[in-house]
Formats: sequence, C-alpha cells, structure tokens
Amino acid sequence: MRLTSLEERQREQRLVASRALVAGAVVSIGLLLLSLRLLHLQVDRHEHFSVLSMENRVKIQPVPPTRGLIYDAKGVLLADNNPTFSLEITIEKVDDLPATINALAQLLPIDANDRARFERLKRQRMRFQSVPIRLNLTPKEVARFSVNSYRFPGVDVRAELIRTYPLGAATAHVLGYVGRINEREMTQIDTSSYAGTHFIGKGGLEKAHEAVLHGKVGYQQVEVNARGRILRTLESTPPISGQDVFLSLDLGLQKAALEALGDRRGAVVAINPRDGSVLAMVSNPSFDPNLFVEGISGKDYNALLHSPDKPLFDRAARGQYPPGSTVKPFIGLGGLATGFTSAHKTVFCSGAFTLPGQSHRFRCWRKGGHGTVDLSAAITESCDVYFYSLANQMGIDRLHDFLSQFSFGSRTGIDVSGELAGLLPSREWKQRVRRQTWYPGETLIVGIGQGSFLATPLQLAVATAAIANRGHFIQPRLARASRFPGAESETLFPIISRQINVGDSHYWNQVIAAMTQVVESPRGTAKRIRSTEYRIAGKTGTSQVFTLGQKQTYNAAKTPERMRDHALFIAFAPVDDPRIAVAVLVENGGHGGSDAAPVARRVMDVYLGTKTTLPPDETTDGD
Amino acid sequence: MAIKSLSAQLNAEAEAANVGLFQRLHLDAPLLLALLMLCGFGLLVVYSAGDQDFEIVERQSVRLLLAFGLMGAIAQVPPRILRQWSLGLYLFGVVMLIAVLLFGDIGKGAQRWLDLGVLRFQPSELLKLAVPMTIAWLLSLRPLPPRPAWILLAVVLTLIPVLLIAKQPDLGTALLVVSAGVLVMFMAGLSWWMIGGLALVVAAVTPVIWFLMHDYQRNRIFTFLNPESDPLGTGYHIIQSQIAIGSGGISGKGWLNGTQSHLEFLPERHTDFIFAVIGEEFGFAGILALLALYLFVIVRGLLIAVRSQDNYGRLLAGGLTLVFFVYVFVNTGMVTGLLPVVGVPLPLISYGGTSMVTLLIGFGMIMGVETHLKKSTR
Repeated sequence: MRLTSLEERQREQRLVASRALVAGAVVSIGLLLLSLRLLHLQVDRHEHFSVLSMENRVKIQPVPPTRGLIYDAKGVLLADNNPTFSLEITIEKVDDLPATINALAQLLPIDANDRARFERLKRQRMRFQSVPIRLNLTPKEVARFSVNSYRFPGVDVRAELIRTYPLGAATAHVLGYVGRINEREMTQIDTSSYAGTHFIGKGGLEKAHEAVLHGKVGYQQVEVNARGRILRTLESTPPISGQDVFLSLDLGLQKAALEALGDRRGAVVAINPRDGSVLAMVSNPSFDPNLFVEGISGKDYNALLHSPDKPLFDRAARGQYPPGSTVKPFIGLGGLATGFTSAHKTVFCSGAFTLPGQSHRFRCWRKGGHGTVDLSAAITESCDVYFYSLANQMGIDRLHDFLSQFSFGSRTGIDVSGELAGLLPSREWKQRVRRQTWYPGETLIVGIGQGSFLATPLQLAVATAAIANRGHFIQPRLARASRFPGAESETLFPIISRQINVGDSHYWNQVIAAMTQVVESPRGTAKRIRSTEYRIAGKTGTSQVFTLGQKQTYNAAKTPERMRDHALFIAFAPVDDPRIAVAVLVENGGHGGSDAAPVARRVMDVYLGTKTTLPPDETTDGD
Repeated sequence: MAIKSLSAQLNAEAEAANVGLFQRLHLDAPLLLALLMLCGFGLLVVYSAGDQDFEIVERQSVRLLLAFGLMGAIAQVPPRILRQWSLGLYLFGVVMLIAVLLFGDIGKGAQRWLDLGVLRFQPSELLKLAVPMTIAWLLSLRPLPPRPAWILLAVVLTLIPVLLIAKQPDLGTALLVVSAGVLVMFMAGLSWWMIGGLALVVAAVTPVIWFLMHDYQRNRIFTFLNPESDPLGTGYHIIQSQIAIGSGGISGKGWLNGTQSHLEFLPERHTDFIFAVIGEEFGFAGILALLALYLFVIVRGLLIAVRSQDNYGRLLAGGLTLVFFVYVFVNTGMVTGLLPVVGVPLPLISYGGTSMVTLLIGFGMIMGVETHLKKSTR
C-alpha cells in the first residue's frame, strides 16, 4: 500500500463522491427521459396503440351463406348443394410428407396431377392450413380412408358444398349454372356480401335470381396469432341462407318436350296463359351444367363451343329467328283493331302481289294462289298475299306499334338471364341502324314475318298466351315463389300484366276461331295434329334461313340441311279455356305443320293429360 | 501503544455493534433485497412471456440459484484480492477472445462462443468484469485524478478487448465493455476537457465505424430512424414492441393477458424485448415501479462506491453500478424506440443465464467492497 496523507485521501474521496453525484444526476435524467417516453407511448398514444394491438389480433372472417335450392312445380329438386369430399393434408401435423403421400397413394388413386396441384397449393398456404391432395372422393374412397385414418394423423376428409344439377342437360339453359366469381363480376358485385363465397350465378335463372338465392353473409370475429392461426372465436353473426326458389317449370313437361324434339335442334316454350308461368322451356341440344361449376376443362369447353350443333346456345330465350307466318294472327288482329280489315273483307290471291308501279312480285307460298280469301281463310291456309295487302294498307308504323304490344322487339322480362329482344323493324330502327329510309316493300315482308323481323321462341309463346288470354298480356316467369329454408310462409313473385286493347273483344274470337281452323279445317296447315279430346288453336310458320331470288323456287331436298328453313308452330289449348300456350322451333326442320306442330301437340297432350296418337306422318304442303 | 489498543478496542466494539448476520455473510441487505425483487419479478414476466411454460421458469430459476450462489461466493473475496486478480483475469480474457476469433463456434451469425467440451464459454462476458477491474486497478495505483498518460494507458487497455469483441461481431457487448472502461475512468475523476475530447473523438470516428459496420447493423440504424419504412422486416420488432407498450396503457392488460406477446406478435419477447411485455401487461404503473427498483439498486451501488475506503473499491463499485445503468438504459431505450436495436438484455429480468451470472457476480464484488472494507482498512 502506498502511503497517502489524510488530506490526499479526503480529496480523493470528495472527488469520487462528486463524480457519484454527477453520475446519479445523469442516471436520474436518463430514467426521467425514459419515463417521459413511456408516458407518451402509454398515456398520450394509448388509444392509437390499443387499436393497433386489436387490429393485430382480431380478424373478421366471413361465413358464406348456403345457396338456396331450386325446385320444379312438383317439388323435384333441380339445383342442389352437394357435399363433395376432398382429402386434405395439414402440413405441420405430418412428419414425413413424401412417405405419407406414398402411403395414401396405395390406398386411393393419386395421380401426377394431384401431386402437382398439391405441391402448387402447398407453397401458397401456411403450414397449419390444409392442402388438398385428392378432390371428389367417391363414397367408397371416403370409407376406405376412414377405416385407415388412424394411420394418417394430419390427413382429413373435408366436405364442401358444391352446386349440382341432378337433371343435368334437361334444365341447363333454363337454370344456367354457378361458377367461380371472375374478375369482371368482382367489379359488379358488393364484394363484402360475397366475402367467403366463391360461386355466383353465371346465367339463366341462377343469375336472374342471384339476389334471392345467394343469401346474406355472416361474420365471425376470431382471435389470431402472429402467424394467422385462429385461436378462438370472439363473436359471430351467423349467415342467412339463400331462399329456396320454387319454379312453375314442370320437369315432366320439360322432359316430354325434349323427347318430342328428339335429336333435332330446336326449342320449345310452354306457358300457362292464366298467370304467365313458364311450364317448360327447352333448348336442344343441351350440355351438362355440372361441368361448369368447378371450372370446365379447356378440352371439354372447346368441344362444346365449337360443336356445329351449338349446345351452349339457348335457342329458347336467345335464339332470334324470323317468326314467319306465325305472326299472321297478330297482324290480322292488328288489321281488325286498326280497321284496315274485317271478318268479311276479302283479298284475291293470284299467287303473287305487286305494289302499284313496281315490277317486283311478292310471291305467295302457294304458286297457284289461294283465290278469294277472307281473314279466317288467310290464317287457316296461311295466305301470304292477303297479309301483303293488309300490311301494305296498315303501313309499317301501325304494324310496329301494334306488334310491340305483344313484346315483339323487346325483352319479355322473363327471369332468365341473357334473354334477347329479337327485332321488330321500324322506320326509326332502319334510320338508326342502316341509315336508310324505309321502303314500302319491306312492310310487306314484315307482314309475313320474314326479312329483318326476328323473334325468339319465348316471345312467340308469350304472344300466343296473350292471344289465348284475349289480350291480357302477362310477363312470363319461371319462379313462382321463394322461401327461406325452414320458414313457414313463402313469398310469391309478383305477376305483372297489362291489357292489349284491340277495340272490340270479338276480334280476339275471330282470330282464335281462324287459328282453330288451322288445326281443325281439312285445309288447315296443321290439320295433322287435330285432337279428338280437346280443341287446339295454332299457327304454323316457316322461317327462311336465306332469301330466294326472284326466279328461284325453294326445294328442301336440294338445299343443304343447315340452309333449310326453320319450322315454327305456335298453339294454345283448350281453345275455350286455355291452359297452355306453346311455341316450337325446329331448326332447319322444313315445315311448321309437319315438323314443329307434332312437338307442340305432344307437349299439350302431356300437360292436359291425354294420350291420343298422332296420325301417321304425311308430307304436309304449306307454310 | 495506548492509542493502538484503544483503536483495536474501538474496532472490536464497532464490529460487535454493526456486524449483523448480513455483515458476517458479506452481503448487503438492501441491495440483496432489491436484486431478489427484480429477479423474482423477472421470473413472473418470463413465465408469462414464455407462454406459461413452466420448464422455462425452472431453467431460469436454476440459473438464478447458480448466479446468486456465485454472487455470495464472490462477496466473500476481499477487494484487495480482487485487485490482485484484475490484470491476470484481463489477460486471460483477452487471450480467450483471440481464441474465439480463431477457433470459436458460430452462433446466430457471430463468433462468440468457445466450446470447452463440457461447457460453452463466452469470453466477452468475462471482459465485462475484467475491464472495469483492470482499469480500477490501474487508476488506483496513483492518486486520483489520474494523469493523461495513465488515462491513455486505460483507453488502450479498454480498446483491445472492445475491438476484439466488435469483430465477432457483438455490438451490444462491445458497447457495454467500452462503457465499463470509460465509466471507471469517469469515476476516477477524468477531467471534463478530456471527456469533451473523448466525445469529439467519438464524433470523429463515427463515420469510420459506420464504414466498418456490417449491413445488418447499418439496417438497424436505418430502421431505428424510420421503423415504418420496413414494417415486416427489421422495423417489425420496433413497431410491435411500441404497440405492446402503448396498448398497455396506465394499468396494463394484466399478468398473462398481453395479447401482443401471447399471440406471438412481439418477437424476442422473453429475451431482449421482455420490457415490452412488462409495459403491455403491467402498464405505466408497473414500469415506473420497475424503474424505481433499478434506480434504488443504482443509488445503493453509488453509495457503496462513495463509502468505500480505498480507490480500487470506489472505482470498481462505481464503474460496475454505472454499467448496470447502461444495461438498463440501452435495453429500455431500444424497446421504447429511443435508441437503435442493440442486442442487450434487460438486466436481471430477461431470460438467459450468461448476462445474469455476470451481473450478479458484479453485484457480489460491490457487496464485497461494502462489507470487507470496514474491517480491512486501518
């Protein structure tokens, strides 16, 4: 020890003491600074950080509603939600992934596609989420796995509800189908009400009644950890299932219509004229809508898309055809209503009609002509000249205004998405679209339902129902009512109707009588379908696929099939108490009387519950 | 003779009067009580932050027992013995540091550990004690305040291990060791113009240090300046720890109820960021209580330094106490976003044995200074 004086020792002690004092002061200042910082964080900004902390741990998860089911008029299920089973692996619960998959592959078929999809999805998901290794397990496969499940911890069978259409092609065009929501739809829907829902109605009824079928999304507040694992549910608002929809569509009638068409391309629409409910709506050929629900493969889709038969095309609501002679009852009514014709007024048919001062001959379908015809005969025998004359007198403006009351040229408003409006030509339309003035000759062509005049089979059926109703026009609809699952009462969809005024209600009877003659008269163009059990009023029609030149004659046998005329037929029955109105289109079918009318007869037979057989096929001449 | 015998008698009386049980055990009762409270509180928080895993608490308790045992043992060693060990311990530590750089294990991207077969040894921890001991020994060779030449020697002795540790790289420990050396010099009466000079030197070498720093270290500085710039990367720690502390409010969410920590949003929650858990679960009130305990320990340590009757004891006790404060301030400053992220645990609370053992051995030395000097002087 070095020797130090007392004084020196005291000086050193004072020095250290003063330094300790300074240090103590610095420490105090440091801790004060820290306290101020904590005061700022924990008192001033407490609210802010509380919110952030809450947002960290509480996540809101949507619970998608179950889509409503669709039933036909007799309670047959047309659109169902089927549980499909998939085999899923939770990565973090499995020790040796490749070994597990190989062991599973010995139990159930797992192909290279399955493995590739598994690898792809595995990279996108968190370790505690499950990844599907196999989709669409059969019940047998589910059973086989269940027996062995003890060997596979972390592997589970998962059920998901997938839309299925048990009737497949029979209802494809009417119902449409649901499919994965695409980007375009994403911009149109309220994304919050579709949170958690992957499917949306893509067409037909599924799309038209989307709002009713979808239901209301539910939510649950869950507590999650930093890696997103759900620890518990804090609060939940259950979803409200979509409403089940009950159709007026009768599956039996639908199938009968399909059978009646057989392998011919065409469409059938049957409507109950009393309330506008659609009883059958068929477009043939059809497709299996179930293929589209989970995404159709490119190969299948191309096959459907490029088939010459156009199975994806809904001929009933989207097929626009010249209505041909089926418009004659309507034009006749228009003539009566506007006073340009009467029941007694006659026209001489020489086989052709010429406008004064013009050389063009507007031909009647019967070369030799019909002779002197009144309105009834003109409809019964489908005389073109009579209607050339009438149309010429009425003029396009009156024709257009009268026909548009029957919904020609505008959508009928049916609850099937994608319906087309057809085309009812007018001066205004021609000026707007073709930038040309209207020629009087075109009025004549409109008078026999050809040229640019287009109508859908649906429009024809709706208009026919309006005649059957004597002018009471009812907007057609497929859905009769909707009901929340388990609820007592159902909500009826409204019936929207209006009255078509023709001035004198006898006019309806005159036209209906003429339409009855079409079937019942020996000269009627649809005499073949005459029934002994009930009375039918109808009208045949032929829709030209291409226009003949002035000197040409149409010869079906020499015309390539796809260029042949379409056959049309409209009808309702029973005449005195109409319960069903039908429109039939057979593409490239030839004559309305021989090809389309028997289909209508068959549909009416089934609906009215009769079973008379048709007379043997005979080539019916006429239009 | 008369004076001598009187003095001896007075000493004996004083001894009989003052020397209680703790004095005989060479323990300082107030300091021991505060340390036990801190460590006990630490166990509670570790239990909560470690997801109520009792195994973690058990392991930490075993370490605490070992550390308190070592503290008690070191407290038995009179400071004059410690003084004799100082330089040897220092030289041994420096040699070990060089060995680590040459043969050390790599853990978490830095070479810090030396595997001695039976146990893994972190020589930088040893230097946290050896540097203040050696500087205290050096500066107590001559009367205080030290002359510039001695200061220069002290700076050199401090910088050798610091540079070796910084090279591992272990910025946190380097910072603690350099402050240990500097704080002893400060206690020894380092003149104010020299302190100013040192500050200037630090300011001058900062760009050089910046240039020598590793990318991850630079990133920490960047994120400290603007944590929101990289909320999912390096800024995540700072953002989440501030959310934890801020959402705790005045009274906290309650023990075991911290959502930030239990739901794993807070990283390193039972080690370096445990302060955020305290802030979240015990609130501002709990934090103030903790800071008060720390302040008590520091004030007690400084008091022991002042009351010590030789320079070595004064400098060692003062230096170690102030390093303890640096620990507290660097860790809490980092967790609250006042300072950049530096890997320094919250002393006596954070889970982990190494720093706990070093700290308590340090407190053992401080207790030794308090309890031995009264008998050994004169």
